[in-house]
Amino acid sequence: MADPHSSAVEGIVVEEQIRLTLDDLSRACHVARTEVIILVEAGVLEPAGTGPENWFFAGPALRRARVALRLARDLELGVTGTAVALELLDEIEALRSRLRRAGLL
Amino acid sequence: MEFKDYYATLGVERTATQDDIKRAYRKLARKFHPDLNKDPGAEARFKEIGEAYKALNDPEKRAAYDDVGRRYQHGQDFHPPPGWDGGFEFSGKDFGPGEETDYSDFFQSLFGRHMASARRAAHAPGGDHHAKIVIDLQDAYRGARRTVSLRVPIVDAHGQLSVQERQLEVNIPKGVREGQHLRLAGQGGAADGSGPTGDLYLEIGFRKHPHFRVDASDVYVDLPITPWEAALGATVTAPTPDGDVLLTIPPGSSSGRKLRLRGKGLPSNPPGDLYAVLGIAMPPAESPVAKEAFATLARSFPGFNPRTTLET
Repeated sequence: MADPHSSAVEGIVVEEQIRLTLDDLSRACHVARTEVIILVEAGVLEPAGTGPENWFFAGPALRRARVALRLARDLELGVTGTAVALELLDEIEALRSRLRRAGLL
Repeated sequence: MEFKDYYATLGVERTATQDDIKRAYRKLARKFHPDLNKDPGAEARFKEIGEAYKALNDPEKRAAYDDVGRRYQHGQDFHPPPGWDGGFEFSGKDFGPGEETDYSDFFQSLFGRHMASARRAAHAPGGDHHAKIVIDLQDAYRGARRTVSLRVPIVDAHGQLSVQERQLEVNIPKGVREGQHLRLAGQGGAADGSGPTGDLYLEIGFRKHPHFRVDASDVYVDLPITPWEAALGATVTAPTPDGDVLLTIPPGSSSGRKLRLRGKGLPSNPPGDLYAVLGIAMPPAESPVAKEAFATLARSFPGFNPRTTLET
């Protein structure tokens, strides 16, 4: 599809092709590592690996972390409130998905 | 420039206490936060609320704003008084990365320059940037090349903030799904000093299609069929985002039946499926011939009662 001789930029799909380290994720979210660690401790993010130095986050963690950090910052939420909000958002998304399938959304 | 009434935006009196302002902001922010509220207007409203709060929450900025507001005549075009900000020293560093471009000209004319330099200090290394791109469903089926316009905040040597527009040609990979992100290596913010250049993350959105609905990698389309196609079976032409296909309707189909076209959804890995949701369309019974045809149909099914399930 793409012309290999042109100057267009190729992207890789984060959700499918990438695993993120703690540093990658912190940098992409513009926060200190400790803020991401707090989200892991609250169970909002679930990396593979035994500890922060060798954690790997699956691609979808990028979006999840960004939503969590935005909500925490904009609504001045604590980490527990953020975790609850994300769980409710997951549930809403599952319901929306059913509505989309039914053609109601 | 338009004067912004930040008190009205938050729905508080000019005499409101800092606590009143905080409370009003929190309530409105919960209601209009774009991660929580999917209405199209929510994001713009949330930005207005956020801007008003940034201006009024900090007592220094609020005092400056009130001072400007006292000199402003309602209905006038607003011009910041020359040198008005000379006496104010803003100490806040409450701008998120990339965020300052979202503030109105009015806000930036009052607080912008100082904030820009505060931001620079807080986020020195070349940062990863984020942007969104909206594509058509067909683009995700076939892959596409799209131009993205990026607004890049530039801070000059004097701490002055300006926004530059940059165009970037991007190849959209085949099979990408709504809500996914593309990482474009090295297309983010330039580094200060020796750090690496940041990456650009592009969030993919789909333009709403009049016929096709997308759920993850599966695609749904409502397919109207005639009563005789439903009863007797038929081969009909059905649209897919990648072109028409021939679809076999099994005999005895009823409304709501989903026919799956395996692998005809988004060409992700693994590929999604396309579902044609059957709906039986009744032809109008207006002509005498049409009425007679329905009457014949009725006589052919003397025992048929679709409401047996409703009987008690």
